[in-house]
Amino acid sequence: MKAFKQLNGIVVPLDRPNVDTDAIIPKQFLKSIHRSGFGPNLFDEWRYLDHGEPGMDNSKRPLNPEFVLNKKRYQGAEILLGRENFGCGSSREHAPWALEDYGIRAIIAPSFADIFYNNCFKNGLLPIRLDAEIVDRLFRETFESESYRLSVDLEKQLIETPSGEKIAFDVDSFRKHCLVEGLDDIGLTLIHKDEIRAYEKRRESVQPWLFNRNGK
Amino acid sequence: MKPRNLYDKLWESHVVRQEEDGTALLYIDRHLVHEVTSPQAFEGLRINGRTPWRQGSVLAVADHNVPTTGREAGIKDPISRLQVETLDSNCEHFGIEEFRMNDLRQGIVHVVGPEQGATLPGMTVVCGDSHTSTHGAFAALAFGIGTSEVEHVLATQCLIARKSKSMRISVEGKLSPGVTAKDVALYIIGKIGTAGGTGYAMEFSGNAIRSLSMEGRMTLCNMAIEAGARAGMVAVDEKTLDYVRGRPFSPKGEMFDAACRYWNTLKSDEGASFDSEVTIDAAEIRPQVTWGTSPEMVVPIDGSVPDPGKVADPVKRQGMEKALEYMGLKPDTKMEDIQVDKVFIGSCTNSRIEDLRAAAAIVRGRHVAGNVKLAMVVPGSGLVKHQAEEEGLDRIFIDAGFEWRDPGCSMCLAMNDDRLRPGERCASTSNRNFEGRQGPGGRTHLVSPELAAAAAVAGHFIDPGKLS
Ligand code: SF4
Repeated sequence: MKAFKQLNGIVVPLDRPNVDTDAIIPKQFLKSIHRSGFGPNLFDEWRYLDHGEPGMDNSKRPLNPEFVLNKKRYQGAEILLGRENFGCGSSREHAPWALEDYGIRAIIAPSFADIFYNNCFKNGLLPIRLDAEIVDRLFRETFESESYRLSVDLEKQLIETPSGEKIAFDVDSFRKHCLVEGLDDIGLTLIHKDEIRAYEKRRESVQPWLFNRNGK
Repeated sequence: MKPRNLYDKLWESHVVRQEEDGTALLYIDRHLVHEVTSPQAFEGLRINGRTPWRQGSVLAVADHNVPTTGREAGIKDPISRLQVETLDSNCEHFGIEEFRMNDLRQGIVHVVGPEQGATLPGMTVVCGDSHTSTHGAFAALAFGIGTSEVEHVLATQCLIARKSKSMRISVEGKLSPGVTAKDVALYIIGKIGTAGGTGYAMEFSGNAIRSLSMEGRMTLCNMAIEAGARAGMVAVDEKTLDYVRGRPFSPKGEMFDAACRYWNTLKSDEGASFDSEVTIDAAEIRPQVTWGTSPEMVVPIDGSVPDPGKVADPVKRQGMEKALEYMGLKPDTKMEDIQVDKVFIGSCTNSRIEDLRAAAAIVRGRHVAGNVKLAMVVPGSGLVKHQAEEEGLDRIFIDAGFEWRDPGCSMCLAMNDDRLRPGERCASTSNRNFEGRQGPGGRTHLVSPELAAAAAVAGHFIDPGKLS
């Protein structure tokens, strides 16, 4: 998993509440055998004018010019600004997979659905909860100034706006640790790899038959 | 030392590290892999530049998507084909042993593991599949995991887990003639409910369980998950050791003897305590058949469809009414009066050689009834199929009008071409009768192989003892 310490990125405002995971990545794309490659189909139904199916050449599909992700000024955005209850609906981990694949690294919203919130951390995405009034102000500033950027410092738990305003945010310390260090569950477990090896050695000396390679 | 139960022993012997918050790093001895839940896990390894911790602990086989006819021609459905080919290439890339589709040893992962001796007593066994509980029949701690966990186990040989509570289900006394392990499983689920085992690891004990063959114990542990328990298990005895002896992956010679000395300790100590205990009188159990859309909706073969009108609890009543509507059944209909359209003998619950022998014994000299559109036998593995053919069971089935197929999950979950059409009623030896499980709108009745065979030749459910 990618570590997340600081980020200075373009902000894209997605101005609607209750954005659900089916909107983030529609169900027809779950047949994939991959965990990556969902980026082109992120928000598929909003982003394109036609109906998307797996296997289509997305570069040839007609884009919806009204959809915020398609606007020139937001190209290359890494921070997504959202409204209440972001990521509600099905538990699909494909939703954070799609956001991450597109290039989003942080999502700021007044509230997130639980499962989505958890899934983000497992995939190197930082979800940040801020008061609704602050989020509202960020929306306004984003609309008003072209190529509006925010700086996010996870270690200091601070967001800095272009005017130099500093906004503090909360994040639980264990998750912060994992994200700052770029540790997924696997990475965390591998911190104990010597312990695992030692256990394995003991086990092999007592129950050697578990270690004959498939009977050979 | 405080007496410990079997689950305590299996758990404690696999803890690599215990955290203060109650989670533990649990060492995994055997990792079984199939094509549906593994592609993203392998991809995760690749993206992060990781390799499997111990390839020798992993055994892979494609089972869910494989066709059960004409497989020499390959898989027609492109999405299924891609999943199977992906497993092939992942195993090749990461140096993992795989039984490919046309290998004689290919079959349903939960049939293949024990058959090869890849499942041994005292192991932790995981697979990205809920019916991994099957392997608990060998006094192994076996449970299903998700795709992220598949990746975790591949990369670290461990799982982050929390100990469950323990439950002992003792089935005491003698099973009546004609009562099988499947009936015991369905009876238990009917008694404690599909959530009865939630949060527990279940040990099955008592002399009725001891009397079951290893294959019967596998059938029983397979269904533990349908009772809500992630793991089911049975203590080691002579039958366990006899089954394991001489299998391809089993230890040989002196090492086998040494292993047996350890394996013989894999039973609950005298006086060990459990968080919950259930005792069942074996004599109460009759052959079972489900009438609804959950395995707990079950009655004896000589019983009738229950009447929701007699149930006081409104939530339960509505659930029953909804199930009856889906199943197209009326209250108080005798189970033996219900006609079937299709019969499926197969799945990781009941597709082993003893299952096929039991079904063949009923089919022998009879013919599939005229109203039955399709009766199929799908052996659990290529080796089971081969053995059955050596014994001439295939002829018995084919002569009676059954289709004799190649091994795989098949109509248990209808991911390949084998499926029910809307409204079709099936006597099935599988484990889930959920809405749409065997095909959209399909109606599944769970039964033993004996009852499925009897339904095929009679055209309706019937106690095999009543067949003329
Ligand atoms: S036979 Fe059915 S229950 Fe068993 S592994 Fe296959 S699909 Fe799952």
